[in-house]
Amino acid sequence: MKNRHLENCGAWFLERFPMAKLWNEHMAQYYAPKNFNFWYFFGSLALLVLVNQFVTGILLTMNYKPDASLAFDSVEYIMREVPWGWLVRYMHSTGASAFFIVVYLHMFRGLIYGSYKQPRELIWMFGMLIFLALMAEAFMGYLLPWGQMSYWGAQVIISLFSAIPVIGDDLSLWVRGDYVISDATLNRFFAFHVIAIPLILIMLVFLHIIALHEVGSNNPDGIEIKESKDPWGHPVDGIPFHPYYTVKDIVGVAVFLFFFATVLFYMPEMGGYFLEHANFIPADPLATPEHIAPVWYFTPFYAILRAIPDKFAGVIAMGGAIVVLFLLPWLDRSPVRSIRYRGGIYKKAILLFVISFIGLGYLGMQAPTAGATMMARVFTAIYFGFFLLMPIYTRWEKTKPLPKRVNEQPSIEDRIPGIKNTFSAMTHDVVENKNGHTVTHKRPDASGIAHVLINLVKKFKGSLD
Amino acid sequence: MSEQGVDNSKRQFLTTALTVVGAVGTGYIAVPFLAQMQPSTKAKAAGAPVEIDISKIETGQLIRAAWRGKPVWVLNRTPDVLEILATDTTKLADPNSLESNQPESSQNQFRSINPEIFIAVGLCTHLGCSPTFRPEIAPNDLGPEWKGGFFCPCHGSGFDLAGRVFRGVPAPTNLDVPPHRYITDTRIIIGEDTSEASA
Repeated sequence: MKNRHLENCGAWFLERFPMAKLWNEHMAQYYAPKNFNFWYFFGSLALLVLVNQFVTGILLTMNYKPDASLAFDSVEYIMREVPWGWLVRYMHSTGASAFFIVVYLHMFRGLIYGSYKQPRELIWMFGMLIFLALMAEAFMGYLLPWGQMSYWGAQVIISLFSAIPVIGDDLSLWVRGDYVISDATLNRFFAFHVIAIPLILIMLVFLHIIALHEVGSNNPDGIEIKESKDPWGHPVDGIPFHPYYTVKDIVGVAVFLFFFATVLFYMPEMGGYFLEHANFIPADPLATPEHIAPVWYFTPFYAILRAIPDKFAGVIAMGGAIVVLFLLPWLDRSPVRSIRYRGGIYKKAILLFVISFIGLGYLGMQAPTAGATMMARVFTAIYFGFFLLMPIYTRWEKTKPLPKRVNEQPSIEDRIPGIKNTFSAMTHDVVENKNGHTVTHKRPDASGIAHVLINLVKKFKGSLD
Repeated sequence: MSEQGVDNSKRQFLTTALTVVGAVGTGYIAVPFLAQMQPSTKAKAAGAPVEIDISKIETGQLIRAAWRGKPVWVLNRTPDVLEILATDTTKLADPNSLESNQPESSQNQFRSINPEIFIAVGLCTHLGCSPTFRPEIAPNDLGPEWKGGFFCPCHGSGFDLAGRVFRGVPAPTNLDVPPHRYITDTRIIIGEDTSEASA
């Protein structure tokens, strides 16, 4: 009798809301390619971090005071006196850095497998807008603790607007709401950080996923799985997102949380990279810290800004570094998507790009010496060269023939003999006599390790062609 | 459910008219929404002039004051420094301060009313960091060419002790000199120009 009531209730709801339809379209009958690898964890991980930021952010606002005279102390109050406040605050600050790590890896996945290419240009554009919104969100959030780095970082970034000719000064005045960074700026940044940008982010994430589910996911082989279908109309190389990928993603979540918790509990400041040392000193409008650098995730772009010895040109270059990412789908003229079937030129270009991006990130944290500035200029040239020369070199290069179906990757079971062989090549046996027993020990073998490493490098070099 | 056909041109006219009226209305409401982010009356009023006593500043010493929330430096320069400022102008981007912000009374080679006393807003004209005061000659980190000045730790801009920017650095102009005037020989008021004194 009771069950009937519950059933009726469910039916009443389902007649009025397309729950089953939504579930099927986006989960149970959304067919994703079966050959997703490690790189495909980062989309769902980004969603996880987003949820973490929302939950911890809401908890933080319960004790934080957006007021220039109270803000710094209220953060310390959260850290010392609010029950579990330290945990919530560190989850939020570590989550910010984790967000950028996950998103940079997610973008790199798109880059190597050509996930931005036709027909997925719009997914890439929405993704880039998410990246922009995320940068705005992180930047405004960083002002809120009202430490020295908060203050002077915001001073530098808002001054970027003043480089724009004619309207620049009025624009930066409008953004600040005062002649300097002040209480007015802090209060409005709080409003943007807590209400405006999160709403925009949620909307963009929705658009990103809807656009993805319209055209279907790309995969490491970069071929369309929709081209070969079974008699029921499902892609033969596709598997339903639920339960296959929901379960697989849980493995990714577990591994991610392992790393996240390690940082959270043992090195929440990450040696000054996630929370900078100078930010534990309250904001002082009269003195800039000796060494000022943005948080690590902005440093590549900051290094580009510093590399150009002209105010306006520097700001243009920094903005341009992000604009070229938006143009990527149209700069790439290669007929294939995945790096697996591209020629050697693209592989070498992407290697140079990664080196220069990481190099810029490193240089952005260092003091601006003459040598560092020169290096930053070289890396900036490579960064822009990678994108702007792309229409030329992607048309030149010889691509490899595409397969009809996606490749089967060897399973872990298949890989065990290979791993065993490598292990035995790196060790040698030592026979010992103990109490009349003969015992064999495995010991690391220097020449064996060197040999394996040389082979790895050779293999890597070979894979670049 | 009329039998007559639809008058499409009338429909089109009404649609267009509604769109235009709606757009104008949105434009009107956008103005107060955007303008309420401008500095408030209180923020504008906070820019009151500041008085500084300079009698206690020793030769070579720099003191900091706050005006409109910005750092203002008052530096008492030595005769040696003035000698360097007068002669060593080859590396400067704007030695005569033609492109820079200063009151007319300070538009000279020392960028001050009284050559010894240099007053400037202590914010780099690049992106607004506060440069560090580095009066020493040829320190290790700044190289043998350095003859004393201000160095911005953010993006490496350098200025001499008259706040004049060196060539080849990101800062576009010399440091701003705020409007200021002498009330007596030892008292300065920041935020009022010499021309306003009579008013």
